[in-house]
Amino acid sequence: MATIEERQQEIISEFSMFDDWMQKYEYIIELGKDLPLLEEEKKSDDLLIKGCQSRVWLHADYANDGTIHFKADSDAIITKGLVSLVIRVLDGMPAKEIAQSDLHFVNDIGLSSHLSPTRSNGLASMIKQMKIYGLAKM
Amino acid sequence: MTTQDSIILPKAVDKLRDEFPILHQEVNGHPLVYLDNAATSQKPLSVVESITNYYLGYNANIHRGVHHLANLATEAFEKTRKKLAAFLNTPDQREIIFTSGTTDSINLVAQAWGRMNVHSGDEILVSMLEHHSNIVPWQMLAQEKGAVVRVIPITPKGEWDLTDLNQLVNAKTKIIAVNHVSNALGTINPIEILIAEAKKVGAKVLIDGAQSVVHFEVDVKALDCDFYCFSAHKLYGPTGVGVLYGKAEVLEAMAPYRGGGEMIHTVSFSGTTYNEIPHKFEAGTPNIEGIIAFGAAIDFATSLDKDFVQSHEHELLRYATEKLSSIEGLKIYGESENKVSVISFLVDGIHPYDLGTLLDHQGIAVRTGHHCTQPLMEHFGIPGTVRASFAVYNTIEEIDMLYNALLKAISMLK
Ligand SMILES: Cc1ncc(COP(=O)(O)O)c(C=O)c1O
Repeated sequence: MATIEERQQEIISEFSMFDDWMQKYEYIIELGKDLPLLEEEKKSDDLLIKGCQSRVWLHADYANDGTIHFKADSDAIITKGLVSLVIRVLDGMPAKEIAQSDLHFVNDIGLSSHLSPTRSNGLASMIKQMKIYGLAKM
Repeated sequence: MTTQDSIILPKAVDKLRDEFPILHQEVNGHPLVYLDNAATSQKPLSVVESITNYYLGYNANIHRGVHHLANLATEAFEKTRKKLAAFLNTPDQREIIFTSGTTDSINLVAQAWGRMNVHSGDEILVSMLEHHSNIVPWQMLAQEKGAVVRVIPITPKGEWDLTDLNQLVNAKTKIIAVNHVSNALGTINPIEILIAEAKKVGAKVLIDGAQSVVHFEVDVKALDCDFYCFSAHKLYGPTGVGVLYGKAEVLEAMAPYRGGGEMIHTVSFSGTTYNEIPHKFEAGTPNIEGIIAFGAAIDFATSLDKDFVQSHEHELLRYATEKLSSIEGLKIYGESENKVSVISFLVDGIHPYDLGTLLDHQGIAVRTGHHCTQPLMEHFGIPGTVRASFAVYNTIEEIDMLYNALLKAISMLK
């Protein structure tokens, strides 16, 4: 299985094929459309990442082998696309590795502004929450 | 637009834009189109220079020194008070209190006036269109006093629904606190009606003018409201300063709510006496450079030709409304006939955050979200809107750019 680092490199090389922001966003928007949605009834307030302009719901499942599986959704499609990339990197990874991960790919593909708290799109809070889930099972 | 206007207007606007160097830049490879003026306006050179001049030429603390610089600074500071008195049309400069902005002004009234005058069972009336800063201070007061905050409902067009005015304004109503212009929708509210109604029951009226003064003239004496407040930064001035106008007799009857230097007459451990208004409410060293720059902003605002501002902004709003309405699935929130140059909208099935992000990539600065009016967004059942707000330095071409960028964004998101 690919490591967190290998998964990030994969995404970085995918994005290196795009020449301009439009292609990049078209791809993210496509990803946003594909992301397996959380079922409506699962979009409860306790899964909601608080304080965001676009809302993000995050659901975590602990497996017996010490890995964590994530499902997430957002009401904004760009956020959802970005969320899907983060999930692609962290989903099914061991708790400890999730807790200690450094998601540099967001920066490397030129989307770090989406992690800025002023965007309040929930992405940064979601990553933090994922690491907390990781920490809890370390 | 007549042919004559279309020749004259762009020239006047071009000249005006030269006063705002910040507008001449590229964002994400596109010319900046700044349409977030309701959040904060850009600042003309004269305002920026007034801050530099103060620090390079006459920085000193005010009201306390005997020396030359202190006198210059005090004079410049107090000149802003005079300009604001003229700007709001009060002959009495003591009615002008400097604050850190609209929010601070409202909190001052809620605390200094409210705690003395609002009691258990009393009512405070606000409207569905209020900014959080004209809701939360009243909720805090109401909670402390056991008072009730009541809300003027709105019509689908985003105007006050005054059908039940007789019940909303009653013998228990102690203060009515409403905005003159809605920041989220742009509606110009008929505050005169409420002021007249308040008089019948002896209630005070506070008007949040954060969004009005940049668009049209305000005369507090003609309005005859008790309080009127706004922030400098939405009127070409710096952030962190604002004003509270209050009727002298109302201010005099209020106890100060923050203690410190400047606001006292004499201090002794056997008892302290307070300064006169307005200083009674201005504890501590104020934002001196900000208030001096506020004066420069008032000068700038009053130097603009009123008819030009009105007709140009009206044209921007009319043109933008026409263009945006032609986009399939686009719904404008706030459809009053009486609006300032603000358009709040949503496109079917598209989250405002997505639109805002893709507009930003095309150099267009708009605001997305709830605009600090969550109760209003909840009322409409939406997560927020995209808001384009136009200033006098915006152009028809910029609206075309907004329109084209929107079409592109929508085609990407659909
Ligand atoms: C209608 C209205 N009231 C109050 C405020 C708060 O102003 P400030 O943040 O400058 O205190 C704003 C600013 O967004 C506003 O638009």
